[in-house]
Amino acid sequence: MIESDVLVIGGGLAGATAALSAAREGADVRLVSHKESTLRNASGLIDVLGYHDGDLLADPFSTLDNLPEGHPYERVGAEAVEDGLALFDEVLGDLYAGSHTEKNALVPTTGGAVKPTARYPKTVAPGLASDTNEMLLVGFETLTDFDAPLAAEHLENAGVPFEVRGVTARFPMLRADAKITRYAKVLDTNEKGIRSQLVEAIKPHLGDAERVGFPAVLGHDHPEKVREALGRELGAEVFEVPSGPPSLPGMRLENTLFAALREAGVTIETGNPVVDFEDSNGRIDHVKVKRTHQHVPYFANEFVLATGGLVGKGITSSREGVREPVFDLHIPHPENRYDWFEDDAFGDHPFARFGVAVDTDLRPRDSAGAVEFENLRAAGGVLGGADFAAEKSGSGISLATGQFAGKRAAQQS
Amino acid sequence: MASQTAVLVIGGGSTGCGIARDLAMRGVDVTLVEQGNLTHGTTGRMHGLLHSGGRYAVSDQKSARECIEENRILRDIAAHCVEETGGLFVKRPEDTEEYFQKKLDGCRACDIPAEVLTAQEAREVEPYLAPDIAKAIWVPDGAVDPFRLCVANAASAEQHGGRVLTHAPVTDLLVEAGEVVGAKIRHEPGPRNDSAGEIETIYADHVVNATGAWAGRLGDMAGVDIEVRPSKGVMTIMNVRQVDTVVNRCRPKGDADIVVPHETTCILGTTDEEVRDPEKYPEEQWEVDLVIDELTKLVPILGEARTIRSFWGVRPLYEPPEVGSADPTDITRDFFLLDHAERDGLPGMTSIVGGKFTTYRMMAESISDHVCGKLGVRASCETAQVPLPGSEDFSVLHDYMDEFGLRSPVGRRSVQRLGSRADDVLKTDAPNPVLCECEGVTRAEVQDALTHSGTDLNAVRIRTRASMGNCQGGFCCQRLASELHPDHDEETARTSLDELYQERWKGERHALWGEQLSQAALNHALHAATLNRDGDPAKAGTPDWNAFDGGEL
Repeated sequence: MIESDVLVIGGGLAGATAALSAAREGADVRLVSHKESTLRNASGLIDVLGYHDGDLLADPFSTLDNLPEGHPYERVGAEAVEDGLALFDEVLGDLYAGSHTEKNALVPTTGGAVKPTARYPKTVAPGLASDTNEMLLVGFETLTDFDAPLAAEHLENAGVPFEVRGVTARFPMLRADAKITRYAKVLDTNEKGIRSQLVEAIKPHLGDAERVGFPAVLGHDHPEKVREALGRELGAEVFEVPSGPPSLPGMRLENTLFAALREAGVTIETGNPVVDFEDSNGRIDHVKVKRTHQHVPYFANEFVLATGGLVGKGITSSREGVREPVFDLHIPHPENRYDWFEDDAFGDHPFARFGVAVDTDLRPRDSAGAVEFENLRAAGGVLGGADFAAEKSGSGISLATGQFAGKRAAQQS
Repeated sequence: MASQTAVLVIGGGSTGCGIARDLAMRGVDVTLVEQGNLTHGTTGRMHGLLHSGGRYAVSDQKSARECIEENRILRDIAAHCVEETGGLFVKRPEDTEEYFQKKLDGCRACDIPAEVLTAQEAREVEPYLAPDIAKAIWVPDGAVDPFRLCVANAASAEQHGGRVLTHAPVTDLLVEAGEVVGAKIRHEPGPRNDSAGEIETIYADHVVNATGAWAGRLGDMAGVDIEVRPSKGVMTIMNVRQVDTVVNRCRPKGDADIVVPHETTCILGTTDEEVRDPEKYPEEQWEVDLVIDELTKLVPILGEARTIRSFWGVRPLYEPPEVGSADPTDITRDFFLLDHAERDGLPGMTSIVGGKFTTYRMMAESISDHVCGKLGVRASCETAQVPLPGSEDFSVLHDYMDEFGLRSPVGRRSVQRLGSRADDVLKTDAPNPVLCECEGVTRAEVQDALTHSGTDLNAVRIRTRASMGNCQGGFCCQRLASELHPDHDEETARTSLDELYQERWKGERHALWGEQLSQAALNHALHAATLNRDGDPAKAGTPDWNAFDGGEL
């Protein structure tokens, strides 16, 4: 029989954090995840809160207590955010920066805007926009998400306090439609002396630049080695400009988190979906995991649902309405689907807030406000009440609620 | 500024472009003006059906005969715009045997090849037909890319000395001594338009009003009454081709009775509702639901399939005022030539109203004959024989994959889109990565489109199909905008990006459930969270940099 103290459903940032914090409380923890984690699609930046009511925040913690009732941060409180970040810093300490201050950092995007974030990979650190050192951005003709000269001009138009130029180079060796993992691989292994070839191509453009930004492809397994080698030959600091899917910083984060989970004794199972459950007396008894053609019961004392939001398919929808597919939890939403969106592409879309509504113990509540199951908590993107994209709060919500849910679950088990 | 032309054609849809080409080939000095992009109006908002005529074979046999005749010609002269899909009229149990027989007899009476298929034979053609479809009639319907076709006509007009102006709305018609003598147009920012902001007065020996649903407005400028009755219809786009054949329902006129395979998608249509204003009308949820629910009866998997967006078009319906049909579906699809000298005592202008996309060339021929009669030009029409640019030598559609270093589907589809222009566009020394993964559009194609599109990324989109797939531009809008730089500055590229992203969102809003809502949430995350385009300091104002983390010392 498959049995654990705590069963975590979902392998993204919230699920991993929940499993890790439950394991650290001494619980026997199992994590089941259906598909490849959405972490590999995220930029790898850890946003806590960048905007409130449209205002850019230098200090996210000054505003955490002002969020409306039902926002995930309001549910768990600022302390849970601190705890979540502390856990993250402890696990990712060598790979991330930003813990030296409560202030947000402003990180250049591939489009040439800047975005506020609380923690950033060390590979990104020399690129911060509040630094005044002269910057050169380098794009590759074949990596189409990053047009360095355009991004540089955009940063200038944003009024950054440093000189910035952009140049487009040809990346040696690879075919026009090579995947970004291929770029990372050849840099990792320094195939055919690729690093020096690259440096030679860029050097004529360096000028007085003290830092040089690349698309985030500087190695999968050995990013520090790649960055150090390029930096040494160029005589400048080298950094990455993070981007959207697929994302090497996201993959590196995923690898480190899962290594930490294994080290903490968490049993990890990926590739099989949770499709059903049995309950009695207001408690989940077991869930059913679909393995090839059979439904296998997984028993646990406590359950954490961290399956993500609309993007990760933890929330689904049809013309008839919006659903949480595993436990059929209540998702508050307007009946008419034409009330799910605004006409402006960047409007205040109701769909962006779709998710389960929870009590202050993160237990999902039904349409009448009653707790659905005593031993089920929800964490991360599956929670409603926050437009994480507009707020720049997605990772922070996952860390805070994942840590909180995992700890409570372990304590209750 | 002022200019002089023999014929001024107003309207850059299929009819206007067809007339411009026809007249230019006859050696007539012609200028075409269009308020937006080519196909800005009805032409750009049709479902892409190349009629076999089967659709009109019972109700309007004159139209049906014209359709099959033009269908054959277009497959010949516009091969790179047409996909010969074939079409089925399928009979559900509740559709009458009597009508099925009428349809078959009608097709045969109109010289439309038609063949009755048993249920089993029909499913061999289209495996996803509903199990209770009893039988079907096969006809030579096809799919056509209206934009490609219009562009080819405009290009041909130019090659024969014509002048084509887009982004040039007419601000006034010039009426002197009781005669139309030309028009004033305003040059707006757009491709190849260095005169933005200027007003140009174009004097013409004759003016042709080919503005479709907008014809009444142009008539108002000259003080004549043209009662076009605009009728809106929804088209809902699926993310893949559930069918490879046009599927029509075999019953008398009705809403929601056709599925057209188009490139990588299927288009479901449509509704028919009279509206007052061809530009402002409600786009309603019931229309989207109706086409999906009704067409699911023909092809059940449509009910579960992913819808990526919906758009609406307005038909420029016209009937002589004395007919007075109450229901827009009763109004004839035939076209009318209004000679304003005869009709209103106002010489110098002819309007063309009504009609169908499939017969655009025939309409153009008829108008051109009329105009040539007025001008005393004797040259005859050659548009039915001479292939359009891009279709001259279609044998280039061979295997380009190795040649261009592209993976197979990308190469094949690029060549299909470009026709005989493929060599010119794709043979580049620079790396040619894919910019739009959903539709397999490479940088070379986008760069080629940009030479005709100025800073208008929507014009690039309709030339290449970039941003028209599953992600609705979520992944590629930014890349397309980057191609504007450094020829254009950052702010221009950003504005064009915002316009394209908003345009994509406009249609996608009507498909926000299931997979597409997940996609919309992903796009929102990418553009707002990862790229921070909603809080971009270049727009929102420069932050106090010192208040933020400057990095660890």
